[in-house]
This record gives sequence, structure tokens and C-alpha cells, in this order.
Amino acid sequence: MRVIEIPMLALQRKVGVNRLAWAFLLPNLILFGLFAFLPVILNVFYAMTGGDNVLLVDRPQVGTRNFATLLDCQNYLDANSCREDKFWRAVWNTVRFVILQVGIMVGFALLTAIILNRDIRARGFFRSVFFFPVLLSPVVVALIWKWILQREGVLNAFLDWTGVGGINWLVDAQWAFVWSVFISVWAHMGFYTLILLAGLQAIPRDVYEAALMDRAGAWRTFRRITLPLLAPTMLVVLILALIKGVQTFDEVYAFTGGGPGTATTFIIQYIYEEGFAGAPRLFGLAAAASLLVAGVLVVLTLIQLRISRNNVDG
Amino acid sequence: MGRVFSFLTATRGKGRLHWTDWVSYAYLIFGIFLMFAPVVWLVLSSFKSANELDRFPPRFLPYAQETVEIDGLDDPLLAFTVIDGDLTGQVVGQTRRAAGRAEVIVPSNPDERIRLTVDQLEPIEGVAFATENYTQLFERFNFLRFFWNSTFITITATLLMLLVNSMAAFALSKYEFKGRTSVLLIVIGTLMIPQTVVLVPLFLIVTELGMFNSLWGVIIPGAATPTGVFLLRQYMITIPDEILDAARMDKASEWKIFWRIIIPLSAPAIAVLAILAIMWRWNDFLWPLIVLTRTENFTLQLALNSFQGELQTDWPSLLAMTVLTLLPIAAVFMFLQKYIATGIASTGGK
Amino acid sequence: MKKTSLTTTAMVVGLGMTASAISAQEVRFMCYSDGNECEVYDDLANRFEAENSGIDVIVDVVPYQAILENLPVQLAAGTGPDLAKVTDLGGLNEYYLDLTSYVDTAYWDDAFGETLNWYRVGERQGYYGMHSQLTITGPFVNATLFEQAGVDLPGEGATWDDWAAAASAVASATDADFPMAMDRSGHRVAGPAISYGAKYFDDAGDGSFDGFDAFAAAFVGWNEDGTMARDVWASQGGSTYADAAQEFINGEVVFYYSGSWQVARMDEQVGDFFDWKVVGSPCGPAGPCSGMPGGAGVVGFEQTENPEAVAKFIDFLAQEEVYAETTARTRNLPAHLGVASAGVEFEGVSPAAQGALNGFASALPDVSPIAFAYQGYAGNRAMYGITVERVSQAIVGELSVEDAMDRAASDLEAAMAETQ
Repeated sequence: MRVIEIPMLALQRKVGVNRLAWAFLLPNLILFGLFAFLPVILNVFYAMTGGDNVLLVDRPQVGTRNFATLLDCQNYLDANSCREDKFWRAVWNTVRFVILQVGIMVGFALLTAIILNRDIRARGFFRSVFFFPVLLSPVVVALIWKWILQREGVLNAFLDWTGVGGINWLVDAQWAFVWSVFISVWAHMGFYTLILLAGLQAIPRDVYEAALMDRAGAWRTFRRITLPLLAPTMLVVLILALIKGVQTFDEVYAFTGGGPGTATTFIIQYIYEEGFAGAPRLFGLAAAASLLVAGVLVVLTLIQLRISRNNVDG
Repeated sequence: MGRVFSFLTATRGKGRLHWTDWVSYAYLIFGIFLMFAPVVWLVLSSFKSANELDRFPPRFLPYAQETVEIDGLDDPLLAFTVIDGDLTGQVVGQTRRAAGRAEVIVPSNPDERIRLTVDQLEPIEGVAFATENYTQLFERFNFLRFFWNSTFITITATLLMLLVNSMAAFALSKYEFKGRTSVLLIVIGTLMIPQTVVLVPLFLIVTELGMFNSLWGVIIPGAATPTGVFLLRQYMITIPDEILDAARMDKASEWKIFWRIIIPLSAPAIAVLAILAIMWRWNDFLWPLIVLTRTENFTLQLALNSFQGELQTDWPSLLAMTVLTLLPIAAVFMFLQKYIATGIASTGGK
Repeated sequence: MKKTSLTTTAMVVGLGMTASAISAQEVRFMCYSDGNECEVYDDLANRFEAENSGIDVIVDVVPYQAILENLPVQLAAGTGPDLAKVTDLGGLNEYYLDLTSYVDTAYWDDAFGETLNWYRVGERQGYYGMHSQLTITGPFVNATLFEQAGVDLPGEGATWDDWAAAASAVASATDADFPMAMDRSGHRVAGPAISYGAKYFDDAGDGSFDGFDAFAAAFVGWNEDGTMARDVWASQGGSTYADAAQEFINGEVVFYYSGSWQVARMDEQVGDFFDWKVVGSPCGPAGPCSGMPGGAGVVGFEQTENPEAVAKFIDFLAQEEVYAETTARTRNLPAHLGVASAGVEFEGVSPAAQGALNGFASALPDVSPIAFAYQGYAGNRAMYGITVERVSQAIVGELSVEDAMDRAASDLEAAMAETQ
């Protein structure tokens, strides 16, 4: 890397070792500035404009009209009573999805981590087994399960054989929702299992031995010792899962396309459809919705950072 | 064999199988089934011909109907056994079939065409892998192009991210300078801005920079993630400063220190980040969906999704393509699973 | 679909080169195929290039979804192709290249008549598109299943209810899974909707869903009681297009409402598996027995760097001999009046396909004027999307039919407000 070394050395001579740090930081800062911060600022401007032009300068100013449209509801819990009913359906779908998916996924991740934490040979192998779906791309995950859940797919064949009778899963709104929770859990559980397993393994053995000496039962040990010591990691996992869950798009979009109707349309898909796939392309509305989602995510991320900081210190 | 046995019988209670052990192993076995069976089913299905795929209920292994050659006819005919009527037991070739009736030829009598009903015939089948599903992919679709696009994006984006992030991590871990805290805060701030909430303005920026519909439009924004900076910084902090001081005393330039000392010493962390980056970029979907609109620029993921709509029921090709899309990442998985696991475990806590 | 890309490098003549020398003018043609259109165009492009050295026509084959979703985005961003085969005829008008100064407009008037209006909007009344394939929506019927069931095919003037009853009878008597199926598309339901009284335009000439609820109610009802294959509309989200052709080809559907562009595919894939026929669009209670005319046309875009080359190529394709050849090879209905009146002998079509194409062609006089106007309306793309989204919600049970219609009306209002 002689080519880079020479100008860097010259720069170093000029500004001194410490200030050279900026030279190292610059590429990263430019990337962040251009592709992370600038977009946020622009997003605010987009949210205040209307029309279907992509260039900001060509868009008419509409002030807070987009936000007013989004938030215009008689009853926030009933999407049908809202002006922008698709937005609120997406919001409540996302809320239900996140609660279910995160709850189920973290629950199973914990269970799996506890089991894996035991005296098992080939723990590495089993760890990999559960982690395998995490590597698959969302589209692949969606197609694998779509193939299984077809009207004439293997699941229905099995159910017919057992006499229960198959169901056309993906054409039924409730079932499509349930299955999208399922495939999301299936695809991501391994990731959180690993983190929880690491957390469990960080609990020193002598704590358990002390508990054994005090003749504490398994359940008691779990409740009084394991859980509290695992709590920080659990919290991190929950927040991470929530943040990722709110942003769910890829696998569900490839799986059901948001259907049937709007049963599996989540908030990111709403933004995508309004801003990029619909006719006309309503960038302003999409930007306004993005800002609302961003607000939620900022709160969650701040919580996560606070917890991480506590972990590191404490 | 002894190891397998002691593995299978490793128990909680010394030597005895506690009920929790039974439950644990049952759970783990079920886990293997649930995690792998869908993929196995996918792979098996991808080797079935279209007719075999239409079959309901499906069979486990792929079967194909055998064929029989008839004198005077160019193409081999589908082979059936007659199960009813005068010709029972004979092997015949079917020339055409419509509306419940079939026309067949007995091989020994090639000139005579006999009409039978469909329920008098039973197909002769054997296990066969329809590899043409895969070969067709390359002929009919621009599969290699999509593969190249995905590969190019993944490798370039990973390299870019590694370089840029390690430089930034180096600066933030080994230097004291004014504004260091502010920069750290900026990097943390970026954590709060996932791509999904800035799609619209990102689209504008990418378009204005002329990167719309270009692979670079996916590569460059993809490198702006803060996780790598954190990960590497954590690791670099543990590198003793004395090494750097010693190098400085030997008149080594900062860049040389970075390139020759820090990078090699951070290899484990860089490896983990590389694997994560490869995974993220290979599986990227939403942003490429927005940026790449010309088919020739599609990544494998986009192609897979778009063919799902277009060839709605051409499952043979779709399944084959799905398998090929997951193969590279499965390969990465097999060889590097140890690193992946430790990497996730350490980043997760941050 | 084979992706073809031609790159003929123009040879630069060394002597007499000036600043405005002949260099290869590259013309990108974004094309989608229903059957084999892009292959045929590619072949014709070769011929054109041979006659016009210095022009390099690259045929870019894309899925139909790309034309629907990506092309408008590209054009808005200024990164579109030079020409394309499009179906949103009025909607993309603002981007069209006006060919008036490059072509013989009298010839174009004679050849393409009414269809030229589809490409004109508001003040832009030039010559923009060559309508390359005229299509019309209408039903495909599995005659073999009718025969097996012993049910007579409803005759001319039969209503939608007549056909629903007949198809249901056939489906229960045979092993067909679905009596009827319709593509998931606002364009497809437009013909039947007009037959049930949809007006699609208000007095001011703007789009409106007035009168659409009659058909919406009927359609949702058929989906609910199983007359219509529910999978098609219910399994997707948003306004994604989905067709039911494969189900028909597999012999699972008795009556499939789609359009003439599918004839080539039916011909190829059904073969002699069963007898299939095309009949006229069923009639509705409001009177008309209308389908929707449509089709695709080849248009050039103003953004192109080589307008002359683009215009030349389009004009080449519009010449009677070339157009006739294209029509014969792609097995689509011609929009060129000269070619249509001379009659077309479609290449390599089975008797079934010839019959089908003739069936569609003879349904043309029944097409309502509303349908023609709707096809050319700039806002029809938005209306199609709204139709699909809201009707799907009604089918799935998220909304009642009345609510869905109310929502559709307010969606349309909002869309029109944004695009003013």
C-alpha cells in the first residue's frame, strides 16, 4: 500500500500524529454523512412536500399536511375510521407481529440456550443447527416455506394423510399472518440463541456450585440466580429483536406480498408501496411515515445503548 | 463408536438419564428436523420434473416416468403398463392423451395404434433426478449474470466496509484528539438510522450521484454501517499501545503502523466482520429492489423474487434457482461456522 | 425468456471525419414479451441495423412487472431507455417523444386511426406511439370439460350470471377445481364492470368509480361462494399483478377471463391436452357485453439522445410489410387498419389459435366507448391499482363492499390531488 502511504506520511508530517486520526476517520464520516445523516434531514423536507416528483425542488410545499393525513383518525385503534387506513392497518399489523414474533422467538431462544448450556457433547454442532436458517436470505426463507405451505404442498399432504385435512394457508388472512410470524421466528431464532448462550456461559460455575451446596432446587436456581444474572443479556436481546422486528419486510414481502388483502402488510412495506411501488408515487407520505417509524426506533435504540452502557460498566 | 455412545448418554444425573435429559435430547432432535427438513425438502423438490411437482400428494423422492423407443418414431414415448382389458400386462408407449382417453402403441407392433382409456394404464416410473431444471436455468435465464452481480456487490461492499471501518476504528481506539467523543456520538447516532427509514431521500441522493440502477448504488450506501466500527474498535482497544510506540520509535509512519501491525493483529475481529458483511450483502433485498431496476443488474435475490411473480407456477426453475442461491452462503456456513458463532456472541452484547 | 443483447459496433470511416462524424448511435429498447414479441423485434432490429448502419438497436428484455413498476421510476429520474413497449399509454404521455416531424403523419393516420388517441393527453396531441399489438379482454373456455359434463355452452348474449351457473355446473360434474377465474388486474375487471354499469368518468371527464359497486358486489360474491378462484385475488397483497393462466392450462378452470395476448401461450402450452375456445365477453345487467381494448405500443422518449434514430426505428416497424410480418409472427391482433383489413395468416398457429384470435377480433365491435376512453385515460394506472387493492380487501373480508368502494373513491381523490 505504498501508494497510500506516501500521501499519508506527508499529511502526518504536516498535522502531527494525533490530528492524523481525522484522515483515518474521513472516509467513514463521509459515508455516514452522505448516506445516513443527510437522508434524515432530507426526509424531513420530503415529509413537508407533496406531489409525485422525486426531485425535492420540484415538489410543492404542503407543510404538515402529510402528517395530518396520516394521523387523521376518529379512533386510532380502528383502522377503518382513519383517513389513511392502509397506514394504520400496517401499524397495528406491525405491533401485533412484533409482540408475537419477539415474544415467541426470544422465548424459544432462551429455552434453546438453556438446553444447549447443559452438559452436551457436540454443542457446537447443535448451535450451528439452530443458526443455519439465519444465514439463509429472506427470499430463500420465504420460498422454502411457500413451497411447503402451498395448497398442494407437503404440509397439506401430511394433514390429509393424518385425516385432519389441509387448509389453503396463504389465502386465509389469519393463517397467513400466523405463518409469517412462524417463518420469521424460524429464520432468526438462532441468532438470539447464540447471544443468550454466550450470556449463560458467562455466568461463572462457582455460582451454581454455591447454589448446589445450599441445596437449592433446579427451578429455584434458575429463578434466583440464572435469570437475574442473565437479565442484562435478555434485555439486549429483546431490544435488538424489537428493533429488527419493526423493520420486518424482506421475508414477508417475498412470502405473501402483504396479502391476503392487507393482512401481512407491515409498516416498511407500506412505506415501500406508497413511495416506490404505487401509482402515483407519494414520496411525501412515505417520508412522513418513515419519520414516525424512525421516532420509534430512536427510542428503542437509546434504550439499548443505555442498557449496553450499564452492562459494560456494571 | 464409544464417543458417539457416551455423547448420546451424557446425562445430567451421573450415569442415569434424568427426565430433563430426555426432554433436552428430544427437543434437540426436533430442532434438527425443524431447521433442516424444509431445506432438504426444497432440494429434493428442485430435482423433480414439472409433472412430478404437480402431483398431489407429493412423493418424497423424485420420480420420472420411463420411456420406450418405438421403431419408426423419432422421440421415445412415455411407458405404461396396461392394467385392464385385453392387453393387460403389456408395456406400451403412449403417443397422445386427451379427455380421459389415450392412444398407445405396443412396441412389437409399431404400426398399430390402440385406443384405451386412461384408467387402463399405469405409468412405469423410476427414481430420477431432473437435473435439467438446473441446466435450463443457465439457458433460459441470465443466471450467471445475476450470480455475478450478487458476487460483485458482496465482495466489493465487504472490502470497502472492512477498509473504511477499520480505519475509523483505528482512529477512535488509538488516538487522542479533540472531538473524539463527538465522533463517537455521531457513529452511535448512525445506529439509530437504519436504511429502512430513509429510503426516499436515500433514493434521491443515490440518483443525484448517478448511481441509480448501478451496482455501486448498492455497494456504497451499504458500507455506511456503524456495527463494524464498534466491533473493531472494541478489539483494537485490547492491542497494547506499547507495540505502536515501539513502531513509532522505529520511525514507522502511522499508515504503516495501521497496515502492518493493527490490521494483522485485528484479524479475528476483521474475519468476523467480513463474514457478517458477506451475509448481509448477499442477502440484501429491499434496497437493491429500489435501486436496481434493469433486469441485467438484478442480484440473485431480486431475480428470485421477480421470477416468483413472473413465472408464477414455473416451480421447477424457481426451486432450482432457490437452491443455487442458498448454496454459497451454506458453503460459507460450513467452513466458517465457528467464527460466525463467536462473532455473533461478542457483537450481540455490545 | 432469452435475454438478447445486440451490440453491433459501427465502423468509423477514417476519411472525411468531422466533429459530427458518424458514430454508433445506441438506441435502447426496453421490451417485454407476452409470447415472443421481443425475439421478433430483435430480429427486425437486425434487419433495420443492416439498412441503417450507424444505428445500434439494443433490445432489453424485461419482465412485465419491470415495465409497470420500474420504467416510470426510471423516466422520472431521467435514466429511462430510448424507447419501450408500454401499456400505460396515456399515463406516460409526459415523457413521450413527439414523432410528428419525423414521420409521414398522413400514413400514420390511415394506418392507426383511433389508437393514436390513446397516447395523447391534454395539450400534447402529437404522434407518439405505434400501437404494436391490439388486445381485447375476453373469456377462454375449456370446451372439453363442458363436453364431459354434458352442459351446453351458453350462446351469444349470455350474461355473466348465465356463465357462472354453467361453469359451476360443469365444475361440479367434472374434476375441475374452479368454475371461473379472473386475472388479478384492474384492467381485466373493467370490461365486466362497464357491462354492469360502471361509468369510470364523471361529467368533468375525470376518473370516477361511480357505478362500479354493482360489479364489485357480484365479483366479491362469486369469490366467496367459490364460483371464482379465490386464490388469484386473495393470495397477493397490494396491487401486484397475478394471472390464472397456469390453472387454466392445467385444466383446473372452466372459464378463464383474460385476454387475447394469452392466445400464443395457450396454443403452446395447452396443445391438444383439451379443446379450448374463445367466446365474446358475457353481458351485464346494464346492457353492454364489453371487454377492454388495450395492448401495447412502442413509444420513444423525449429524454433520448438520438431522437432521429428512435423515430426512424419506430417508423420502420410501422411500415405495412414489417407490421404485417410482426403480427403474423407474434400472433397478436393488429392495430394497423391496413393489415387488419387484408387479413392476417398467423404463423404456426393451430386451428384452435386461429379460431381464438378470430373470436377476439369479432368481439371488438362490442367494446363500449367507455372502455376505449378508459384505456387512454392518463389516470387509469392509479385506478387499476386502487381497484385491485380495495376489491381484494373486500374479497378477503377486511372491508365490506360498500366500505371498499368508499375507500376506492377517496383513494382516487387523493391520487388526483397529488398529481394535479
